[in-house]
Amino acid sequence: MIDLSLYVALGMVGLAQLMAMVRLVIGPDTGDRILALDTMVINAIGLIILGGAIWGTQIYFESAMIFAMLGFVSTVAIARFVLRGDIIE
Amino acid sequence: MLIEILIALVILNGAVFTLVGSYGLLKLTGPMSRLHAPTKASTLGVGSLLLGSILHAFASGEGSMHEVLVMAFLFVTAPISANFIAKVNLHRLRGRPELPPPPESRDWATYAEK
Amino acid sequence: MGLTRKIFPHPTLSVLLLLVWVLLVNHLSLGTVVFGAILGVLIPILTAAYWPDRPRSPRPWLLLSYIGVVLWDILVANLQVARIVLFKRNADMAPNWVVVPLELRTPEAITMLAGTITLTPGTVSADLSCDGHALLVHALDAPDPDAVRDEIKNRYERRLKEIFE
Repeated sequence: MIDLSLYVALGMVGLAQLMAMVRLVIGPDTGDRILALDTMVINAIGLIILGGAIWGTQIYFESAMIFAMLGFVSTVAIARFVLRGDIIE
Repeated sequence: MLIEILIALVILNGAVFTLVGSYGLLKLTGPMSRLHAPTKASTLGVGSLLLGSILHAFASGEGSMHEVLVMAFLFVTAPISANFIAKVNLHRLRGRPELPPPPESRDWATYAEK
Repeated sequence: MGLTRKIFPHPTLSVLLLLVWVLLVNHLSLGTVVFGAILGVLIPILTAAYWPDRPRSPRPWLLLSYIGVVLWDILVANLQVARIVLFKRNADMAPNWVVVPLELRTPEAITMLAGTITLTPGTVSADLSCDGHALLVHALDAPDPDAVRDEIKNRYERRLKEIFE
């Protein structure tokens, strides 16, 4: 039963990832693209966690943590670049 | 048995909220409205998935809590990235007169002279 | 007092570092706790020079009850936003800008308030005014902006004022 729910959840989060990808492609504004990228990172964390639960390993946790940190930093970096034209002042 | 149903419900709940967040990102009109759906629904959705993962680990005998770290990190950083994206949107809206002016101050910080 | 302040410049940070270390290792044993405690003592001492004005520590029990209120609100309001996103047509929505004048003055309290506003669905804090006395909030579906402003002021700002000021 848990296995079934894990696979269903994997499909749903995958679909969510596809929707965010469509928004990334069609834009239309820079803010939308950054937001779509941020959403894709969060969805990817969900996918990694689900994979870890399905295959019963703890190794995926580290990649989820790194994804969370890198995703946040890159979102802030892109936003800052658009706002100031410079990342480190 | 009961705990299995609980875990399955938590995981499905998380997946539904993640899906709603991305659906809202696709469906809503206007950059500021689109900001609402993913920043929250996804945070709760992935938070729920992480909770399901913790419960799953405990149910299968190898207790692990480190998913709490990812959850806490997401809940702290989500408002910050949302605020940065909102500032990007404001930056691109500059010159359109639909913003209400702040009381007793010159202007909003994004528009201030640097 | 002076010596303990020197050894533990930031007690909350020490506890937090110990907790994060134990969670990272993901295994509770004496060695992990001891090494976490060493990190928790060393890192605040080494970085104390970069914390020139330490914020007054908030009242912990009030802070915990505030976090409880916010988590509950996140749950309830997420259902509302899911309903709006799924079942409301785009044309029926009334997105609106809301200006929230602030009574809070400390940066920590304003940061907490802005984060709370963003995490509770339906509202996103977008910008602060130049002098830091007003917050610009975007609401997803608010036909009446004044009601949103009053709810933020009564439900969150009042509690934060008790905690931090």
